[in-house]
Amino acid sequence: MQPFKKISSIAAPLPMINVDTDMIIPKLFLRTIKRTGLGKNLFDEMRYDDDGKEIPDFVLNREPYRKAQILIAGANFGCGSSREHAPWALLDFGIRCVIAPSYADIFYNNCFKNGILPVFLPQDQVDALMKEAQENPESPVEVDLEQQTVKRGNKYSYRFEIDPFKKHCLMNGLDDIGLTLEKAADIAAFEKTDGQKRSWLY
Amino acid sequence: MTTPRTLFAKIWDDHVVHKSDDGTCLIYIDRQLVHEVTSPQAFEGLRMSGRTVRRPEAQLAVADHNVPTKGRAQGIAEEDSRVQVQTLKDNAAESGITYFDMDDARQGIVHIIGPEQGFTQPGMTIVCGDSHTSTHGAFGALAFGIGTSEVEHVLATQTLIQKPAKSMRISVEGKLPVGVTAKDMILQIIGHIGTAGGTGYVIEYAGEAVRDLSMEGRMTMCNMSIEAGARAGLIAPDEKTFAYLKGRPMAPQGEEWDKAVAYWRTLPSDEGATYDKEIVLNAEDIAPTVTWGTSPQDVAPITDSVPDPDSFNDPGRQTAVKRSLDYMDLKPGTPLQEIPIDVVFIGSCTNGRIEDLREVAKVVEGRKVADGVEALIVPGSGLVRKQAEKEGLDKIFTQAGFEWREPGCSMCLAMNADKLQPGQRCASTSNRNFEGRQGRGGRTHLMSPAMAAAAAITGKLTDVREL
Repeated sequence: MQPFKKISSIAAPLPMINVDTDMIIPKLFLRTIKRTGLGKNLFDEMRYDDDGKEIPDFVLNREPYRKAQILIAGANFGCGSSREHAPWALLDFGIRCVIAPSYADIFYNNCFKNGILPVFLPQDQVDALMKEAQENPESPVEVDLEQQTVKRGNKYSYRFEIDPFKKHCLMNGLDDIGLTLEKAADIAAFEKTDGQKRSWLY
Repeated sequence: MTTPRTLFAKIWDDHVVHKSDDGTCLIYIDRQLVHEVTSPQAFEGLRMSGRTVRRPEAQLAVADHNVPTKGRAQGIAEEDSRVQVQTLKDNAAESGITYFDMDDARQGIVHIIGPEQGFTQPGMTIVCGDSHTSTHGAFGALAFGIGTSEVEHVLATQTLIQKPAKSMRISVEGKLPVGVTAKDMILQIIGHIGTAGGTGYVIEYAGEAVRDLSMEGRMTMCNMSIEAGARAGLIAPDEKTFAYLKGRPMAPQGEEWDKAVAYWRTLPSDEGATYDKEIVLNAEDIAPTVTWGTSPQDVAPITDSVPDPDSFNDPGRQTAVKRSLDYMDLKPGTPLQEIPIDVVFIGSCTNGRIEDLREVAKVVEGRKVADGVEALIVPGSGLVRKQAEKEGLDKIFTQAGFEWREPGCSMCLAMNADKLQPGQRCASTSNRNFEGRQGRGGRTHLMSPAMAAAAAITGKLTDVREL
């Protein structure tokens, strides 16, 4: 997994609440056995018309947002299904960071497995960044995971909270499974004890 | 004296393998259900890192999302779907995981077959790469959906890295009125707390109306916990739970059964246990409910009208409701019972069980599906299908003009051949009414099986109590 330390990028505004994973990547594109290649279908139904042509109004079809590595969105981003295809599609498009007031649990968790940083900020701060992204699209937003800050020029500087363990894994691009396998002896010990208590499960 | 604990806390405590100083826990996962859409990349990940499946016997695999619900003997027409299903079959064989093939009567939707086989049991931790894994909480199991990376993590280690969720108890007191079901209750709960109201929580459903539900009804409720944003739903196991499980193929037998039941009886929340949040609703206030928008929280009693976006206080919600009504092609003030429908879908992990089909049969027996309405019934598993046929329900359905299909996820998410055409409006017993969920441009109204059956007969949204 690619580590996430600090990025500076154009931010794309998507002022909608409850953006669900069916919007992020419609089910047709879930029939894949790979993790890559989903970027072209990110937000497919909002991005393309019935003939497969780009809908010019959609934010990711507009310059300079096509190059955005940061997406700013409304509350409860990523609700709905557990499909990890949603962060895979975001990443494949080039999005490394989402900024929103809140996220659905499973989506939030899935981001960290893929080197994407989901940043929580209060509604008024998201609103301010959203407005700036709409009005001054060219000026970049800087997201610094180590410092836990989001900055835009000299005008805005916000601090965000993040679970220290998640931060550590993301900054170092760590593989969860590798970390857990270091505790293989603990797992075996648990199974031995639990196998006596709940023998019907073993 | 020990501190009173909730059902959730008891299950959690019994599964902690390791706890770090910052509170992050390594949690043991008892069982995993595996389906074709969210697992291929997990198995590929294992292979690429030279890892193997730690406990193949703790996994159960089945294809459900992509499978056709008619003409199955001809195989799957779409190549990518066929490859995905074949990949699951190959991965299961290679890893020694039990797999129910498409021609096996035990095949069905993961969340239907887990309970049906007795794979799902109280006190377990159960995961699946599918958000509706919350269904299994009906048995007093801590069950939740995970992404593919975590599917791989469980395959390799039989554990997950987690922090405990917050706890919420929603009690529905009193008795449900006639014609009101578990589906109406959960839709009203989602409407009440909102689609993000449960974020960060595990919800325990309690109260007389919940205890009175059958296991099928309890599964319907827990199934849609995710639509309220909750990680999982839970209902305390009781005699109904044990009676449902006894004798099922994967349930414990003989002395092990007695030992298991003794343990299961210790699980319900202790008297005096506290929750981070408590909500109490009155069952008598709940009416047959439908959704009118594109979020599961967009609910109203069938006797109501389409709301005005301006009647919502939150500006974000106003914008969302405007967009919803535009997508749904509905005007504020229109009585819900005047909304005509084109398609009726009865099935899914929410409402594809035998009890659901019996409810439908009661409504449609001796009646006919309205002209111009396409109505399909998709049993949740091959065994549900067999049971329905044994009871003669299939005859009632086909005589009324319904199509009687083979089991699968079908039109709940339209990954297979069953989907809405743009602009079509569907009365559906499934769980999500998102834009495009049942097919691009399709419009979904969620409701109970009895209400969907009533809509099939009249051709519009209908109060089943008045049919």
